[in-house]
Amino acid sequence: MSDSTTPASQVLRLPPIRWWRGMRQLPLIPGAVLAVVVISAIFGPLFAPEAPTFGKLSSAFIPPAWAEGGSAAHLLGTDSLGRDLLSRLIYGARISLMVSFVAIFMAGTIGTALGLIAGYFGRGVDAVISRMVDVALALPTILMALVLVSVLRPGVGTVIIVIGSLTWANYTRQVRGEVLTVKERDYVVLARSIGSSDFRIMFRHILPNVFNTIIVLATLQVGAVILLEATLSFLGLGVPPPEPSWGQMVAEGRNYIVVAWWISVFPGMAIMLTVLSMNLAGDWLRDRLDPRLRQM
Amino acid sequence: MRRHILMRFLQAVVSLLALSVIVFFLVRLTGDPRDILLGDDYTQVQWDALGELWGLDEPVPVQYGVFLKNSLTGNLGNSIFYNEPALDMLVRRIPATLQLTASALSMGVLVAVPMGVISAVKRNTWVDNIGKSIAMLGQSMPAFWLGIILIWVFAVTLDLVPTSGRDGLIHLLLPTVTLGWFVVAGIMRITRSAMLDVLDSEFIKLARVKGVPEPAVIWNHALRNAAIPVVTFVGIILGNFLTGFVVVETIFAWPGIGLLAINAIQRNDFAVVQTVVLFGGVVFITLNFLVDILYGFLDPRIRFD
Repeated sequence: MSDSTTPASQVLRLPPIRWWRGMRQLPLIPGAVLAVVVISAIFGPLFAPEAPTFGKLSSAFIPPAWAEGGSAAHLLGTDSLGRDLLSRLIYGARISLMVSFVAIFMAGTIGTALGLIAGYFGRGVDAVISRMVDVALALPTILMALVLVSVLRPGVGTVIIVIGSLTWANYTRQVRGEVLTVKERDYVVLARSIGSSDFRIMFRHILPNVFNTIIVLATLQVGAVILLEATLSFLGLGVPPPEPSWGQMVAEGRNYIVVAWWISVFPGMAIMLTVLSMNLAGDWLRDRLDPRLRQM
Repeated sequence: MRRHILMRFLQAVVSLLALSVIVFFLVRLTGDPRDILLGDDYTQVQWDALGELWGLDEPVPVQYGVFLKNSLTGNLGNSIFYNEPALDMLVRRIPATLQLTASALSMGVLVAVPMGVISAVKRNTWVDNIGKSIAMLGQSMPAFWLGIILIWVFAVTLDLVPTSGRDGLIHLLLPTVTLGWFVVAGIMRITRSAMLDVLDSEFIKLARVKGVPEPAVIWNHALRNAAIPVVTFVGIILGNFLTGFVVVETIFAWPGIGLLAINAIQRNDFAVVQTVVLFGGVVFITLNFLVDILYGFLDPRIRFD
């Protein structure tokens, strides 16, 4: 978080504050939750109690440690195949975060490039790209995801492509609008008058000035993308088993909700807490970097 | 104004055409429906006969041309599984989905708009915090998880409502809450932020100075001017309703369009899939168009050129 705070204060020329004071304003609880999730995703294999796919049927349906019949060996209990829930949650964080970040990076890059081109060149190029955006935003998300997954076969790569291809248009629309105003600024006109190439103007002069918007939009999208990934996995169209993902864990526990509530409840809470924290952090970042986006 | 409406109308038509192309080709890419229907045990004669019946041996662009011509006359092909027009199957599911939409949306508007207004007026008090928490939860909870928890608590453990199906109003309760919470979250946030903007403006101060009673200032003067973003948002939600319905209808076995879509996709029933996706797109594009036109009436300051 620290590295996203420092450049912001430079770009916006906020009153000179030390970066740690800025960090102090990051809401504490969401920050802590996100730290736990990110650490689990990166270093999970180092401290997960068991392998996520290891299970003994003899230890199936063990309740969480604090409940009656629970054991300290399985803090959050086990699922129907006797796999340790905590371990699966930790590995699931890795899958969920990886899929979400790669998808957002992909969509953000392509969407931004198209938005830059549409906004900068205008006319025919703009008309074509804008129509593409209209159509992309008019597609019913989940249905398109379902159709795409059945075309491409389930897998981590597919989920990333699906999510990316359903979200790029948000960046294009936002960036295009910003570029339209930025390109009329004096420094852009000046750059052109001294003979800078279109490419140079777009990437050296315009892009840095719309970058805050992109970062804020991407942060605000993380929550939605994690939910989308979980929903796809829940419907059996996301990351295929036995690789653990949170949405798929909820689906697996669905049939046992009466006898073993913990199998569905914990992964759902993991999704909820992560998305909630991400949304809060996104709101915070938006208020700091780009208050004009408040409506989103 | 008339020119603006015409332009928006043309844009909507172009979007629809592009949508139909994407959907048609994507659905074709999912595979040959004969693979699924015939299984491994078939003769070449059967294969060819089915191919001819459905026009599967024509080049794909020709198939698209036929598809487009037919869809304009309301013929969207037959379901391979039920051998009945896909459009009829869709139309039959509309009432169930519409009922769920209506109840979730009424819950959304009736709960969220007053909540958003009160939150804005009592900004940063405990009322506001409760409102914001409800909204935050609604935007973070996965609908499929909320649905399962609601079934577990209210249908199984407390045995107050049925777990699934559609048979009387009581069945509507859990799906409505599942879907409605999400709607409430969005509408409440939008209402709150729009009200905060409006309450800050000069004409509200003027109304207060004139001695207009405070409730009238808030519920009449301010809310009416905060309506535009709220109306837009309701339009977006309605347009995107299919997304929520696939999940909620699957969990509660609610026989609507979402369930139809999921089943059709699992069976590679492409006529039905493309009908549903096209229907979703048409609804979304039409609503966007209407919302855009509605702006002009809600806010006479907006002039199109």
